[in-house]
Amino acid sequence: MIVQDELQQQVTQACEAVAAAADLAALDQVRVHYLGKKGVLTERMKQLGQLAPDERPKVGALINVAKEQVQQAIEARKDHLQNAALNARLAAEAVDVTLPGRGQRSGGLHPVTRVLSRIEALFTQLGFTVAEGPEVEDDFHNFEALNIPASHPARAMHDTFYFDARTLLRTHTSPVQIRAMEKQQPPLRVIAPGRVYRCDYDQTHSPMFHQVEGLLVDEQVTFADLKGILDDFLRNFFEGDFKVRFRPSYFPFTEPSAEVDVQCVMCGGSGCRSCKHTGWLEVGGCGMVHPNVFKAVGIDSERYTGFAFGMGVERLAMLRYGVNDLRLFFENDLRFLEQFR
Amino acid sequence: MKFSAQWLREWVNPAVDIDTLSAQLTMAGLEVDAVAPVAEAFTGVVVGEVLRVEKHPDADKLRVCQVNTGSGEPLNIVCGAANVRVGLRVPTATIGAVLPGDFRIKRSKLRGVESFGMLCSAKELGLAEASDGLLELPADAPVGQDLRAYLQLDDVTFELGLTPNRGDCLSIAGIAREVGVVNRCPVTAPAIDAVAAVITDSLAVTVAAPADCPRYAGRVIRGINPQAETPAWMAERLRRSGMRSLGAAVDITNYLLLELGQPMHAFDLAKLKGGIEVRRARRGETLALLNDSVVELDDSTLVIADDNGPLALAGVMGGAASAVGDGTVDIFLESAFFAPDSIAGRARRYGLHTDSSHRFERGVSPALQRDALERATALFVQIAGGAAGPVVEVMHAEHLPQREAIVLRRARIPRILGFALPAAEVEEILRRLGLTVEAVGENWRVTPPAWRFDIAIEEDLIEELARIHGYDKLPSVRPSAAMQMGAVGEGQLDLSQLRRLLVTRGYQEAVTYSFVAPELQKLFDPAREPLALANPISAEMAVMRTTLWAGLVQALTHNINRQQGRVRLFESGLRFLPEAGGLCQERVIAGLAYGDVLPEQWGEPARAVDFFDLKADVEALLALSGLDGVVRFVAAAHPALHPGQSARIERDGVQLGWLGAVHPAVAGKLGLAAPALVFELALEPLLCGSLPRVRELSRFPAVRRDIAIVVDSSLQVDAVLAVIRKAAPDTLRELKLFDLYTGKGIDSGRKSLALGLTLQADSRTLTDSEVDAALEAILAALKTELGATLRD
Repeated sequence: MIVQDELQQQVTQACEAVAAAADLAALDQVRVHYLGKKGVLTERMKQLGQLAPDERPKVGALINVAKEQVQQAIEARKDHLQNAALNARLAAEAVDVTLPGRGQRSGGLHPVTRVLSRIEALFTQLGFTVAEGPEVEDDFHNFEALNIPASHPARAMHDTFYFDARTLLRTHTSPVQIRAMEKQQPPLRVIAPGRVYRCDYDQTHSPMFHQVEGLLVDEQVTFADLKGILDDFLRNFFEGDFKVRFRPSYFPFTEPSAEVDVQCVMCGGSGCRSCKHTGWLEVGGCGMVHPNVFKAVGIDSERYTGFAFGMGVERLAMLRYGVNDLRLFFENDLRFLEQFR
Repeated sequence: MKFSAQWLREWVNPAVDIDTLSAQLTMAGLEVDAVAPVAEAFTGVVVGEVLRVEKHPDADKLRVCQVNTGSGEPLNIVCGAANVRVGLRVPTATIGAVLPGDFRIKRSKLRGVESFGMLCSAKELGLAEASDGLLELPADAPVGQDLRAYLQLDDVTFELGLTPNRGDCLSIAGIAREVGVVNRCPVTAPAIDAVAAVITDSLAVTVAAPADCPRYAGRVIRGINPQAETPAWMAERLRRSGMRSLGAAVDITNYLLLELGQPMHAFDLAKLKGGIEVRRARRGETLALLNDSVVELDDSTLVIADDNGPLALAGVMGGAASAVGDGTVDIFLESAFFAPDSIAGRARRYGLHTDSSHRFERGVSPALQRDALERATALFVQIAGGAAGPVVEVMHAEHLPQREAIVLRRARIPRILGFALPAAEVEEILRRLGLTVEAVGENWRVTPPAWRFDIAIEEDLIEELARIHGYDKLPSVRPSAAMQMGAVGEGQLDLSQLRRLLVTRGYQEAVTYSFVAPELQKLFDPAREPLALANPISAEMAVMRTTLWAGLVQALTHNINRQQGRVRLFESGLRFLPEAGGLCQERVIAGLAYGDVLPEQWGEPARAVDFFDLKADVEALLALSGLDGVVRFVAAAHPALHPGQSARIERDGVQLGWLGAVHPAVAGKLGLAAPALVFELALEPLLCGSLPRVRELSRFPAVRRDIAIVVDSSLQVDAVLAVIRKAAPDTLRELKLFDLYTGKGIDSGRKSLALGLTLQADSRTLTDSEVDAALEAILAALKTELGATLRD
């Protein structure tokens, strides 16, 4: 059968041309040549009418088979070429994933802020609110109202910076206690972080440093509560089951007063340089609010009792981050600051 | 307060070791700062007596001595000390002795002469930091006795850091009392007997200021031996308390100060004229003090005077003219009670701080003066001889500190401490402390003793109970309180959010001093007179900052000097603005950027940070509280900023802060090589955010049209945007500047702005003709109002 052979030959030729098409454009030319409107196989189909009627269906079927074969070859080749093109593009677009990322790099918070934020977070969980006060203070709030009259020997311990006889830089955050109590009657739960100033400058003293003050006043507050809250705080702050010790001390604005020590977080209490071989670290002072302080702010000390505590923030930061020189906190050397990311 | 453990144990001797004693003191509120051995370890040192001293044949400075150490033949010892002399008793290290620093004494030859030991100085024995020649022992030191035994060197010194309320513990007697209470053991004070007068000599004492000096006692002692030596036991005790031996008379008064806590003073009787008067100084009077300074007095200062004028600053320091010296044979010995309020602050005012003022300020027992005087007299007679006259005493009992009875309510104890101390223990503790306790029903009436100046109210008694019961034995509980939510405004921002934003944008937080050098402050705020400290610690920290820039720029130069080429810092804190109505202490947040906009990296060309980088940071801060669209940046002059690159940040005409490049002249003075950009914003407005209000979304498409216009280059973009907004219909949703161009194709003095306008209606689709009309109206307005032309 001649037609069959011819078709077979054309299909074979078409398949060869498909295989030879190097890209999608060449492949499309092949498609047009065989299957396009004036393509070889299309033309054959058009000439079907010249055949005898009884031959037409048979030959028609044969042409359709041939067209189908060519079409399939083209599709297969197309898939192949598309895949190859995608793969080539993917290969070209590959990057070195180990190159560093671009853009701004983030900075960091000052270690004092870190510590203060942590303290604030721990106490706000207990319903304390954060209060602030002026740093240029008057004698009344810094001393008088805190039961430290003019001639009191405790004043000598404060090394105060003065502007004039009545105006000074606050020597502690305790005046914020006074301001909080002046503003609001109990119950009061206040934490007061901030800068304080003492006229003293050497290896272990900075003329400016930070304290955080806490105050709780209510109807049933006792020294046992004070012990409990600071026990809890110090263990949470230092993240360990450290022992906490209270020993009698003296602050004019609290009675009874205590100094708070935590078991040395560096050596665990066996004795090291940080704790001067005592096994204990002094971290703050505290006590029950003195009735004279309540009197100064108009709170009834028969109805209310309260406790207050204060801590040195740089001291806590030094222990927490292993800083051994207080001055580093205020030099703002990026090599130091960038370690607190 | 520094003292020897042996001395304390003579008064009170509990069966506890040094470590326990130390812990007891600390837990009783007498904090032990240090415990140190009184001498370093050494062996083989005995008391030697120098029998003969000869010149070394071959060395000018060496002497060859014969020293008797009480064992057989005298030892031949070569010595280089200048004070070696026949008859001297000195510490002698014999062959085999080991001195501090593991220094072994061997038989040796010094310049050809054999030496069988060493005569020692205090320093060589580790008894002093420095010493001048051999340690001279008293003439009665027993030859041959081991030096450690003779000087009782197997002892430690305690150093206490006493709080100002415990003036009663500034003596051996006071500390012994506390140790006795804590250990429940007896305290033995030395017996004090009155020394009978053997002469009748006396001085008239007048107290013209009885409130300042309610009690004044004194007596004359004649014929003391000015050369009398202080006995070794006393000198050693003084040394262990950190006091130098300064001659018998001064040593005895110092000894009493340490032993009983009574500061005393000895006047040279020969230098006094007339009687003693205790009075306020008169304005204009001066006094030359023992420390060679001359002080000018006024009527707030109490003095001891004679007919010629002031002799001593009462309770603080004696005068040079009436001081005892090498030739003093007759003295007047003073033992007084000065009221704490009359002494407090006086020493400090004259730049003084003495052992005496330290005690009087805190309170000396007003019951002590007579005993101290008798005890001192006895010691004088024993050590320096002399004949005592009768005691003269002036007392104004009505001015003596009164110890009022305090009511201690049983119910108050658990209210303060959180637990109820058994009544028996309450009474027992208070009695042991020397308080008088009288039960009144459920409660007590308690009277403190004369020596306690720190017990005036009920809480003071409760502290004493807690202290002696033991702070460590008090309960510890978690406080409970009513659960109540705080009112937190959602719009209210937290400073930490602002900090975090700047950290994310590459800033490192700084903390700089609130006080700065006046010159630096002046560079940044020349028009304002800053608040100046009366007593600055240094000129570098003398005035309060009126802007945080001064500190940030200092931090910048610190970092530049340490090879940092790129610096981004911010700080929040107070600035201090003296204003007509008083000082304004304002919270601000400030930042500084210097060097490249990005950290050094690949793939991004390096570019120096500029005004608009910082402006973006400022806008991001403003956006946190929704202020970004509300605030205006107004070109304005600031003395510290570049006149062409500075903006005042305003809201409704109210200044919120500044942004700009540091003025090149200022940067030059600071030695900055590249431009530094700074901003400072008032914090309070930034923290007042608002609640978001949602606008309904349009379901109809938006139309975007871009225009490019050319305007005068001096024209501010703000003006262009304002004209567009005014001329645009209310369907203008967004207006964006996306390009700014000058150069080729644009006339000089002009600039091209490319703007994107987005229009959208809520209820319909905008038609092309509507949009075209809107644009035409806008362009017409731009042309007539600003002379803008469409770019070809």
